[in-house]
Amino acid sequence: MPSQNIWILLTWGPDGWIDDIAYGALVTIALALATLPIGLTIGFFVAWAKQSEEPSLRLAANIYTTVFRGLPELVTLFLFFFGVPILLQHLVRYFQPDATIDVNSFVAGMIVLSLIFSSYASEVFLSAFRAIPKGQYEGGYAIGLSNWLTMRKVILPQLLRIAFPGLENCWLSLLKDTSLVSVVGLAETLRNAYTAARVTKHAFLFYGVAAMVFLGLAVVSSFATSAILRSLGRREAQR
Amino acid sequence: MSITAAMVERPPPRARGWPRSRVIGYAMVGFWILFGLGIVSYLIFAWNADFFAKYAPAYLKGLQTTLLLVCISMVLGAILSVPVAYGRMSANRFLSGLAYCYVYFFRGTPLLVQTYLVYYGLGSFRAELGALGTYLPVVSDWFQIAPHVSVPAGVTIEWFTLWDFFKDAFNCGVFAFALNTAAYQAEILRGAIESVPRGQWEGAASLGLHKLQTLRKIILPQALIVALRPYGNELILMVKASAIVAIITVYDLMGQAKLAFANSFDIQAYIWVALVYLVMVEILRHGVEWIERRITIHLKR
Repeated sequence: MPSQNIWILLTWGPDGWIDDIAYGALVTIALALATLPIGLTIGFFVAWAKQSEEPSLRLAANIYTTVFRGLPELVTLFLFFFGVPILLQHLVRYFQPDATIDVNSFVAGMIVLSLIFSSYASEVFLSAFRAIPKGQYEGGYAIGLSNWLTMRKVILPQLLRIAFPGLENCWLSLLKDTSLVSVVGLAETLRNAYTAARVTKHAFLFYGVAAMVFLGLAVVSSFATSAILRSLGRREAQR
Repeated sequence: MSITAAMVERPPPRARGWPRSRVIGYAMVGFWILFGLGIVSYLIFAWNADFFAKYAPAYLKGLQTTLLLVCISMVLGAILSVPVAYGRMSANRFLSGLAYCYVYFFRGTPLLVQTYLVYYGLGSFRAELGALGTYLPVVSDWFQIAPHVSVPAGVTIEWFTLWDFFKDAFNCGVFAFALNTAAYQAEILRGAIESVPRGQWEGAASLGLHKLQTLRKIILPQALIVALRPYGNELILMVKASAIVAIITVYDLMGQAKLAFANSFDIQAYIWVALVYLVMVEILRHGVEWIERRITIHLKR
């Protein structure tokens, strides 16, 4: 039965749970930040493939987004978390018969979230690609830049600027999706709130705290992105 | 309007030989083919008639639960989204602030947290919820008029409390999902209504239509065309998100897969479920695209 004073539970230290939840919040942020560069890179290349003139590249990229946007995040996570160890075990046992393989839940979460994030980000990048006129590429080639250099020096800076608001949405849903990794045992915000709720029986309190953590992260990221947008030299109220 | 041949920009001729993009493209497609073949051959290799006989009916039942959950929460969410959207567009500071907070909370926190908050969190208020209740009629007796067809024959009045509602995981799932999707749908509705030009309201007003008539006959038909695609996306997101309720012990499609995996340690439990979800989402996506093509035919030139 709930008996302890909730104000003691909400302190930092051995009796309180706030330190555990703060640590969980750090894991949440670390997971999201570790996913971001991988997801952005894959997403960019998938979008590049999607607007390529080569049909086979387009097909491969479309299969990628269809699969990872169509599967529920939880199913992808479970398939990866339970499936990959089995697969690796079969491979490794050819060399070392008594090996067992465990997938670290942080790494599994990072890979799965990258796959999901990149398939959504690729749609954002694709529409940004379509907003860049052809003349930009032609200009790049005309002054003798290679394919890759045109992409990096001419297209990419414009692309990021156009894609930024869409990527912000992808980032916010990435932050929220990190909570799913708690299901495979990663000690992030929600998992620690779950533990706290189990031990203290103050379930509403601690899930409320977890919700506030996620809300806080969303608020902080919206401040950060609007600062970045300003520094990119764009006003919010364009249109 | 005639398009002359000179105006049509022809696509550049296909590159010949093996440029780098083609090599990469073929390699990637080859990878996907191998991957698909791998999964298919695994499913054939691991084909287990017992597994199928045992779990296929359970999966069907799970699919039913998933669809029921999604349908009920989409409809409840749509109903709830109307006052929220009204609040968001209202000139009243208090109303619009309240609606903004509602939308911000439900869009800013993970659905999993919201589901936990309802399922585990409301358990903290068990005594309070148990005190609030109402009398509801319950069918206590059925009269069979034909095989598989029964009509209610007797009704008793029973006392139901809110706790009776919230102690069931499925109800909690529906509750959390309906609140969540209401926030998203309110934004869709608001965006669609605001996308209709102001002149349409003014034109209707000058014809002497009152507000509700204008909304029903002039604004909504135009707004819903805009809203169709976002609504379709929301439906797809709900189908995908519904897998979450498996964690709070609802035996939906994902829940049945979890159960099957826990009993058999056979990864095909999840592969089959993944295929079902993929097929479901693809059907919905193409269905929405088809409807959109049909209802925008008059806008095409």
